[in-house]
Amino acid sequence: MSRRKTNKEYEHTFAFRFFRWLNGEKDPYLNEVEMKPQHYEGPSDETKAEWEREHKEMLERVYDTEHNALLKFSRIAYRVAAVLFCIMLVAVLLITVSYLPPVGNPNNPADNVVAERYIEKGLKETGAVNIVSGMILTYRAFDTFGETNVLFIATTCVMVLLMLDDAILKRQEVKNDRRFEPKNDAILQVIAMILCPIIFIFGIYVILNGHLGPGGGFSGGAIMGAGLILYVSAFGFKSTQRFFNEEVYKVAKITALCMYGLIGSYFYFTGGNGIENHIPLGIPGHILSSGIILPINICVGLEVACTMYAFYALFRRGGL
Amino acid sequence: MSFFTYLLMGFLIVCAVSVSFSKNLLNSILIYMSFSLVMSVIWAILESPDLAITEAAVGAGITSVLFFVTLKKIHAIDSRAEKKEEENEQKKNE
Repeated sequence: MSRRKTNKEYEHTFAFRFFRWLNGEKDPYLNEVEMKPQHYEGPSDETKAEWEREHKEMLERVYDTEHNALLKFSRIAYRVAAVLFCIMLVAVLLITVSYLPPVGNPNNPADNVVAERYIEKGLKETGAVNIVSGMILTYRAFDTFGETNVLFIATTCVMVLLMLDDAILKRQEVKNDRRFEPKNDAILQVIAMILCPIIFIFGIYVILNGHLGPGGGFSGGAIMGAGLILYVSAFGFKSTQRFFNEEVYKVAKITALCMYGLIGSYFYFTGGNGIENHIPLGIPGHILSSGIILPINICVGLEVACTMYAFYALFRRGGL
Repeated sequence: MSFFTYLLMGFLIVCAVSVSFSKNLLNSILIYMSFSLVMSVIWAILESPDLAITEAAVGAGITSVLFFVTLKKIHAIDSRAEKKEEENEQKKNE
């Protein structure tokens, strides 16, 4: 033992007391400090019961319909108004139904000359082999223009709601650069490498053959949008932004809508005033035929593809 | 209508009922996806290929993808590994 202090001196040092406390041999507070069990401070049970009683009393006084005449009146009035409103709604709907044409009447709008004319003269007037495409893009081009506008407005609203600032996006990317990127899934990447070109070519085929076979701008655009989404989920936003970034998106979208508007308004103007338009119809069955249907199909396809991709990108990342 | 069409119609009804009875959101989206796929086959049988293409691309493809992304956004389909990763990151940040 090579101690400098004797055992008695060591008992007075801080180290001795500290290690004694650390080893749990003696509690320094025991028998030194006065200790009492703690009391819960808060409302007692009596005050709680009183509060409850007061609450109940207050409710009873408020809903005391014998003395509270206003409440009594409004309760009855609300019930009567609800019943009246329901009866009126049912009546309005029934009256509307009664104005519908009867079933099986030969003069019904469903059996009038419009459908017949579409089927009989559609090929000659629009030059489209696919009657559906010819109908919705020439006779009803104005409706389709409205639908395209709806898509545009929908993406604008999603952008307003979900688009993040560039600064926030960059900060997020710095903080966690793998957040929106895939985990470099080899299976997904190989499958996407095989499938993406096929999907894109099929989408372009469907758009360009809208007037010859089944399909058209909307279906083809949706297929191309699906291909873009597959590409993004396999290879990440950085590699997609090399060919499809926000600038390309804006230019494609607005150009498509304006082109549709220009072609469409020329078509409506000449058709409405009975002037002959100078768009050649071509020979039915050829790829370059059927007047305005092919360019409008391309415009709608671009618009829809951009919309679908933008929805995905905005939901996923908050930016294009 | 052939037996095949009746089979597909029955499948549609089963899908539509089971979507509303499934408790897992991911499962109901998958069932909805199969509903759209069968619907597009039925459109093709009913001789409207335009609708069949659109239904297959939009109904079975893009709508379901948007649903998946929404579920991801509200943290309904986070896998356990990802949750652990996020927790670790939070700890690191703290």
